Amino acid sequence: MSRLSRFFVSRWGAVVTGAVIGILAALLVPLGNPGNMGICVVCFTRDAAGALGLHRAAVVQYIRPEIIGFVLGSLLAALLYREFKPRTGSAPIVRFFLGMFATIGALVFLGCPWRAYLRLAGGDWNAIPGIIGLVLGIGLGVVFLRRGYSLGRTHPAPTALGWVLPGLMVVLLILRVTAPLYGRDADGNPAGPIFFSQTGPGSQFAPLLVSLVIGLLVGFMAQRSRFCTVGAVRDLIIVGDSHLLNGVLALVVTAFVTNLITGRFVPGWEGQPIAHTNFLWNLAGMGLAGLAFTLAGGCPGRQFFMSGEGDGDAGMFVLGMFSGAGISHTFNMASSAAGPGPYGPLGVAVGVVFCVLIGLFMREPAHR
Amino acid sequence: MSNEIVVDASGLSCPQPVLLTRNALKQHPERIIVVLVDSAASRDNCQRVAEKAGRQVVSSERPEGGYRLDLKP
Repeated sequence: MSRLSRFFVSRWGAVVTGAVIGILAALLVPLGNPGNMGICVVCFTRDAAGALGLHRAAVVQYIRPEIIGFVLGSLLAALLYREFKPRTGSAPIVRFFLGMFATIGALVFLGCPWRAYLRLAGGDWNAIPGIIGLVLGIGLGVVFLRRGYSLGRTHPAPTALGWVLPGLMVVLLILRVTAPLYGRDADGNPAGPIFFSQTGPGSQFAPLLVSLVIGLLVGFMAQRSRFCTVGAVRDLIIVGDSHLLNGVLALVVTAFVTNLITGRFVPGWEGQPIAHTNFLWNLAGMGLAGLAFTLAGGCPGRQFFMSGEGDGDAGMFVLGMFSGAGISHTFNMASSAAGPGPYGPLGVAVGVVFCVLIGLFMREPAHR
Repeated sequence: MSNEIVVDASGLSCPQPVLLTRNALKQHPERIIVVLVDSAASRDNCQRVAEKAGRQVVSSERPEGGYRLDLKP
């Protein structure tokens, strides 16, 4: 193993990765991204789904280059370090639905674990019930894991399989750059998709190249260091291992300091950017997300990074996230600044039932 | 009789390889444990848990793909 590889898997590798992500994520806000949303893997997937017309919420439609960079940066690292290993076969359809329900839950909170930590670092105290929910959801997932929960084993797959999701990301990048209009309005004039928000969070974005390069860098570093915002809590509960947690704590600290410097640390409950103050549904939404991420083996960022390593099952989770984003908005489940959507609580309830059934009944069929 | 206990965690998602490794470490404190995994992330995680438990770890690549960890007491 090279010295750089050894560094990245060391304790300091996790800390440096988290610290760099915290700084870059906090800097993406003054560079143009929405408030406390320098990086939000679920929100960015939702925006990309909207740009493709998978939902028609006009304020959250934009192909975010950061998540494209996540996959391609991880792909690059995996290729360079001979860790690109196409694989699949570990309950792909279940992973699809876990991705869907994780997204539905996260959009009730208005952010994935990445954004929960970034919201905390920006002084948005509504992140606290979200993080409490996240820990509870992960804790429930750990209970299932201890009882023998498993989605079964992956198997090596042909090389081509590993390129499918990176290929999709290249297509998204081309669509972002060329911004074609495939739709027609009532008068037959060209219209989206591809949709780009004119107002709202979807209209707030850092320059394309900046977003893409930061995404690539984060993808590269996270692939090397195995950064995971859910594994951080899970590993602490399950084996008392704080390795990944150190990375997340570093992220919170550096994002907080960067926010202080850029004047974006605004403590309080009310009036926070792209946030609502409903304690219960901030907690419950993120609880569902934490459970679904744990059952799938990692946070949304990690699912993107593993997709870059050729993991087709993580790719199915990512596609489930796109689908969940579409359903979340078309079925009025996603929250807004006003509070939970009318069907958000129902969506969370259905998701929890699904995840609990999966947690109880998915077992490895037989030992090899 | 071989003194080795083999834990085949290949293809399993996080954190199952770590859980299987930890269980084996608890059940067989005196024996060499061989852990088979197929992702580098699982290799690193299992290695960390074993080293924390005081094991000497020798990591190698398997000719058929994946990694083998020898956890020596």
